[in-house]
Amino acid sequence: MCGAKAGGPDLAGVDVASETIIQGSVTRDGEPVNGYVRLLDEGGEFTAEVPTSATGQFRFFAAPGTWTLRALVPGATVDRVVAAQQGAVAEVAIAV
Amino acid sequence: MSRSDVLVSADWVQDHLDDPKVVVVEVDEDTAAYDKNHIRNAVRIDWKKDLQDPVRRDFVDQAGFEALLSAKGIANDDTVVLYGGNNNWFASYAFWYFKLYGHGDVRLLDGGRKKWELDSRDLVDGSAVPERAATEYKAQAQDSSIRAFRDDVVAAIGVQNLVDVRSPDEFSGRLLAPAHLPQEQSQRPGHVPSARNIPWSKNANDDGTFKSDEELKALYEAENVDLSKDTIAYCRIGERSALTWFVLHQLLGQTNVKNYDGSWTEYGSLVGVPIELGN
Repeated sequence: MCGAKAGGPDLAGVDVASETIIQGSVTRDGEPVNGYVRLLDEGGEFTAEVPTSATGQFRFFAAPGTWTLRALVPGATVDRVVAAQQGAVAEVAIAV
Repeated sequence: MSRSDVLVSADWVQDHLDDPKVVVVEVDEDTAAYDKNHIRNAVRIDWKKDLQDPVRRDFVDQAGFEALLSAKGIANDDTVVLYGGNNNWFASYAFWYFKLYGHGDVRLLDGGRKKWELDSRDLVDGSAVPERAATEYKAQAQDSSIRAFRDDVVAAIGVQNLVDVRSPDEFSGRLLAPAHLPQEQSQRPGHVPSARNIPWSKNANDDGTFKSDEELKALYEAENVDLSKDTIAYCRIGERSALTWFVLHQLLGQTNVKNYDGSWTEYGSLVGVPIELGN
């Protein structure tokens, strides 16, 4: 297992200008955690979910607005609110 | 039919991992997930490579499905237990597909891979692939009572229940795909007029398990879905709507429910059909 990497996955090959990206990492005591991250819309409704990578990272392609990230890992659930804009990358570090 | 005939718990699967008449099958959106690790003795079905015609946009035909299951060592009288990631989206799709070709005993692992992982249950290395002797599987002709095509959807506008199970942002046209996928798509955004937006996620708990029959019934009643009418469920490519089909047809016992596998990637590309935007 690799260690945790700061920030979300590498953006090489991603058309950042046209996408609204929310990404980051999930860690416990600085180490990456295998789990899931859900993206909830402003009404709290599920929009998408991804498993974290081996380095604890995740990424969503959203729309501009306010979103909630919910990390689900064995034994814990943690929410983070994030504002996203088109052409920008919202980086979110979630410690559980 | 009851819930226990089509849905099994992680404990049940754990107790049947060495049962030769139970075949656990992983079907994931991420078709490489099995290579990382999987439930012991599970075989893999690749929803892209194994279940789709390699040229046309359609399923493998009856003979192709027979060849696939024969090669995987699945017999007609085996109990097939499907599981996968992303809250069983593609496992539900495979469930519907197995029913389309008439498999007798097929079930879903409640919660799928996620629940199994969140329970910290054992997974074996991806290279540990079980050896199952080939069978001579016989499929039935496709059951047209559970599959909808584009003309059925157009004819159902304002007449039958249309249930759009995508997220509210896809339904309204703000997003063109689930948010873990890039948004650049060729089709027009929006939804089929008269469709009700009941996201698939309302059927499930956070851990991916299905809500109780009572909760599910209340959900569709609260959304004014008249279950005495015929119903067509759709999403983007027919996998999330297969999960809703599973809920309505298999858990709640509604017989008049079809899944539209063409879904938004087909409907949103059709010339001249009506589309609605917004909530």
